Amino acid sequence: MAAPLARPGQTPAPQAAPPPAGPAGPAGPGKPGAPGGAGTRRGQRRAVALFTVPFFALFTAVTVLPMIYAAWMSLYREESSGLGFGGTERVFAGLGNFTEALGDEAFLRSFGNIALYCALYIPAMAGGALVLALLVDSTMARARRFFQIAYFLPHAVPGLIASLIWLYLYTPGLSPITDALDALGAQWNFFGQDEAIFSVVNISAWQWTGYNMIIFYAGLQAVPREVLEAATVDGAGALRTALQVKLPMIRPTVVLTLLFTCVGAIQLFDAPKLVQLRANTMGEDWSPAMFIYTAAFKGHDYGLAAASSLLLALVAGLLSFVVTKLGNRWKAS
Amino acid sequence: MSTQTATPDAPPASPPRSGAGRRSTPTRPARRSGGLTSRVMVNAVLAVVAVYTLMPLTWLLIASTKSYRDLFATNPFSLGDFAFLANLNALLAYDDGVFVRWLLNSLLYTVVASGLSTLISVACGYAFDKYAFRGREKWFGVVLAGVLIPSTVVQLPLYLMASELGLVNTYWAVLIPSLVNPFGVYLARVFSEGYVPGEVLEAARMDGAGEVRTFVKVALPMLAPGFVTIFLFSFTASWNNFYGALMMLNDDRLYPVNLGLYMWNQNVYQQPELYPLVIIGSLVAVVPLIVAFLCLQRFWRSGLTAGAVK
Repeated sequence: MAAPLARPGQTPAPQAAPPPAGPAGPAGPGKPGAPGGAGTRRGQRRAVALFTVPFFALFTAVTVLPMIYAAWMSLYREESSGLGFGGTERVFAGLGNFTEALGDEAFLRSFGNIALYCALYIPAMAGGALVLALLVDSTMARARRFFQIAYFLPHAVPGLIASLIWLYLYTPGLSPITDALDALGAQWNFFGQDEAIFSVVNISAWQWTGYNMIIFYAGLQAVPREVLEAATVDGAGALRTALQVKLPMIRPTVVLTLLFTCVGAIQLFDAPKLVQLRANTMGEDWSPAMFIYTAAFKGHDYGLAAASSLLLALVAGLLSFVVTKLGNRWKAS
Repeated sequence: MSTQTATPDAPPASPPRSGAGRRSTPTRPARRSGGLTSRVMVNAVLAVVAVYTLMPLTWLLIASTKSYRDLFATNPFSLGDFAFLANLNALLAYDDGVFVRWLLNSLLYTVVASGLSTLISVACGYAFDKYAFRGREKWFGVVLAGVLIPSTVVQLPLYLMASELGLVNTYWAVLIPSLVNPFGVYLARVFSEGYVPGEVLEAARMDGAGEVRTFVKVALPMLAPGFVTIFLFSFTASWNNFYGALMMLNDDRLYPVNLGLYMWNQNVYQQPELYPLVIIGSLVAVVPLIVAFLCLQRFWRSGLTAGAVK
């Protein structure tokens, strides 16, 4: 089952080739054996429509049309007429909203925050998941099933509730952690200006390390045992086998994980939104998603919010492109 | 790397990464021997990380048994007066039982929406796999592009359009968007390739079954494990959808659980008696999910491997 899979995040060309070219299914036009070929073919065409139209109609309604609508909205600006209460009118602004967003320090800062967040979070989370997967996969680990379940469990907790739990675990008085730190005489304010970002990173790492560890572990399990035995026969120790034999074999999995992690990171909302409730220095526009929310619902500037959404989409697209390209190069090396 | 991992509060988080990190020379001699010490080391690291992942949930469980006074007065990991039932009663009674309503709303937004969404995805993925039609790979490219469009990016445009159509602050505003799951279509195609042999379909057609009947009676049962996996993905996505619900809903009678708890938490400064409610509410919301995930583990795994491991 696992062999000829298409990979998301790649250009359609390479993955498009193998599956349909093979035993393309009974519907190929070259099926003269079937009685009444024309009739069944019409039936099949109707079936294709019936099966695919619901998805594409909904996809159009909730993804394509809203993006087009946002693009249109981003070209206009609401201006209050007269005394400022009651009526506003929509004025064509051209690219004004885009230049406003790009000139907005808070918007740019939110991307800076996410960049720093990525620099801290991705190595910690992906590195941690990889190390854990290699350790659980090593011959030395005991109670593998227990560890897998224990690591995966946080992922079953909805993101907002996970953030809420950690918010309380950061709150002095409620939290066992702050108590323990106090007892040790350590100074750490989870809501401090410099510390808050670590509090956010920790929430994400708690949610996602186990999830990705399971993915890596599944990849490691697929490494042929003969290869590992050969490495042992050649005198490679456990660490060497892990780094030089196992790791290269799960590169594609790692690349895909990095891609999804980047796409996820740029959408970050729940965790900073909650941490910011106590960490006042962060501000309500700490991440791009928070900026968009604040622009729309606090500032009621829908044009700016729409323009920012499109810019965020653009950055997300560029990011996945770059990660995929770099990943492919790394896979090939 | 060590500074980053050591700093996020959790003391347990730091040792595993710095101790067994990629380029850590100090552990190498011990590892080469493969003896008792390294065995103990490996399992100790794994155990410490397990403490890190399980600690917050343990704390939640203990905190849910405490009254508001004990929550702040007693040691967080010790038991105070056992107030679990009192908290539960307060939770269910608060504001005419609005929490129960939130649970039911969540059920609608997650279980019902995911069921429909999975059916739509499976039918579409099946069609991609089993029928040759014009522009098939181009359309599939659209699906793959959809996988990569961040849902957050679409949320505000979706809100703007929904408000234009007067759908804001209705069940539909949250339900309809969660019916679309491009990743599910991708997975369904993969599963259909693996689970449904073309000959079986051909046999069904020879027996005179129509295309829809063949799909429902023959293919769908074969796709059952894939169906569950896709359902789980869709379920997690809708359960995690906070951004969308926050934008779309004002009426607290339409809230899903997570939005309701968030709103309670917003008021916790003015009404500190809400603290125990948020805590036990989180517990009540999380427990069924954990049970479901433990029961459905193997479907999870097959989805992860199909989606990510080549």
